[in-house]
Parts: sequence; C-alpha cells; structure tokens
Amino acid sequence: MKKIIAILLTVAVALFVFTNLYSGDSDFKAFGEKSLEETVSKEFVNKTVDPQRVQPETGSANIVTSIVVNYRGFDTMGEVTVLFVSALGVALLGGVLRKKVTFRYKPGFIINQGMKIIVGIILISGIYIFVHGHLTPGGGFPGGAMIGSAFLLMYLSDDKFRTRIAAFKVLEGLAGSLIMIVGLVGLSTGGYFLYNFLPNGEIGQLLSAGIVPVLYVLVGLKVGSEVSNILGDFFIGEVEE
Amino acid sequence: MIEIIGVITGALIIVFGILAVESKKLINSVVYLSLLSLLSVLSFIIMKAPDVAITEAVIGSGLVTFLFIITLMQDKKAGDKK
Repeated sequence: MKKIIAILLTVAVALFVFTNLYSGDSDFKAFGEKSLEETVSKEFVNKTVDPQRVQPETGSANIVTSIVVNYRGFDTMGEVTVLFVSALGVALLGGVLRKKVTFRYKPGFIINQGMKIIVGIILISGIYIFVHGHLTPGGGFPGGAMIGSAFLLMYLSDDKFRTRIAAFKVLEGLAGSLIMIVGLVGLSTGGYFLYNFLPNGEIGQLLSAGIVPVLYVLVGLKVGSEVSNILGDFFIGEVEE
Repeated sequence: MIEIIGVITGALIIVFGILAVESKKLINSVVYLSLLSLLSVLSFIIMKAPDVAITEAVIGSGLVTFLFIITLMQDKKAGDKK
C-alpha cells in the first residue's frame, strides 16, 4: 500500500514537472536545442573562440577551467574553504572518539601486492589531471580526490600503513596560504583579487593561461592532502597528545 | 544511435535507483549506487560534459563507494563478540 502511494506520488510529480516544463509558453527547450545566443555563456564562449581575437582572454584551452579558476576564482576558493571546514569537523570528531578503530577485516595477499602496482598509476594520473587542468577536462578537485583515493587504497591494503602522515598537514596549510598569496599579489598588481598577473603564453602549451595552472596545482595539492587527512582521521580516530 | 544509448542509460539509472532503495542487504544498495554513478558518468559524456564526468567517476563511483563499504565492514551486529 505504501509503495503504491509512493509510485502514484512520483508519477504525479513527474507529470506535473514535465507538462509545465514542456508546455508551449515555457522557456525550457529540449536537450541540445537551446540556443546559446540568449544565455550568459555566449559571452564566455565568445571570449574564448572569437576569431577576431589573437588568443583567448584567459589563454586557457578549456573554457570550463577558464570560468572556474579565472572568472570565478573566488568561488573556487570558497569551495576549498568548505572542504577545509569539513576536514576540521572530522578531525574534531576523531578527537572526541579517542579510540583506535580496529578493523575486523584483514587485507589479503592479492590486495596487498596489487596495491603496490596500482597506487603509483593512480597517483600519477591524479597529478596529471590537475597539472593539465587548463588544457584537458578535469582539474584540481578530481585530481585531488584521485590522490586521496590512492591513499585510501594504501590504508585499506596495508595494516602497517595506519599512521597519520604529518607532511599532509603542512602541505595543506602551505597550499591554502599560497592560494591566498596569489590572490593578494593579483590585488596589488591588477586591482582585483585573483587578478591574472602572469603572461598568457601560447594556447595549448603546458605553461600558458597565466595563473590558472598555478592555482589548479595548488587546489589539487590542497584537496589531495585534505582528503587524505580526512581518511587518516577517519581510520585512526585519535589525536596524538 | 547516441540518443538510443542515452535513453537506455537513463532507464537503467532509474532501475538501479529503485533497486538501491529497495534491496534488503545494505551492501547490495551500495553496489547499486556505485553502478548508478557509473551510468551517470556515461550520460554526462553523452551530454558533452567531460569535466563533470571525471569528477563523478572519481568521487561518485570511487571514493564514496569505498567509504560506504568500509563503514559497513566496520559496524557490528548486536550479538557480535569483540
């Protein structure tokens, strides 16, 4: 009975949403039919692909990255701050627990040996993703999460590896402060916070797009060390006195 | 061709969503959720959003699934020793 009511409610809500979205006077087009001429993304796309321009305004080959890190770099800094606050929460909870988390599950031989082969590949691809954030899809957040998952694999596969790595705390703080410093240097040279004060270079090169690769490498390092820190707190659950 | 793949992916996402809610064992729910994330990666690629697809692949079907499985392995049943 409960399930039938749930299904009926779902169908009713779905019908309501679809009939309103696709009715004649609605502005909502089917996927792929919306013209970019009326939206704000037209401006961003034109700044990147305009044939009259010698090179894109940000110098970044990836339009999404040019928006996320250059035009809306302040947003990205806020996202990194949100992640920092959540890491702080996990660390505080770990301090309250004060008890070492013991695993009922023992890692087997295959996962232990397979980890040694696979961890390097995951780490390298994570670093590749955030270093090439301004050229190819990806960027600091997925790259950092990939580094975090490599460390998760290490925690899972090796009993001995359950120590907190102190260097991550230093790396996280350093990367966070460097993001602020890059922003403040932009403020003093260009008049805006996170102003692009470096030369754009040639599009498609690794060292191009001004401060975008610098910021993405910092964001990637910060996210990676942050996620690894969260996992370390999660597994160890104890604050050293 | 690409539309057909898109429709099939969308239908499978709905099916896996229902299975994830309805399955009796929690570990099965987690696996269905991971499959849902994997299929949504496919649909993000069809919708030409590779940035979102990479993020979803790493976080949705990698990190979150691992964390859920570890947490499920950690919890103890009421009558368990140690």
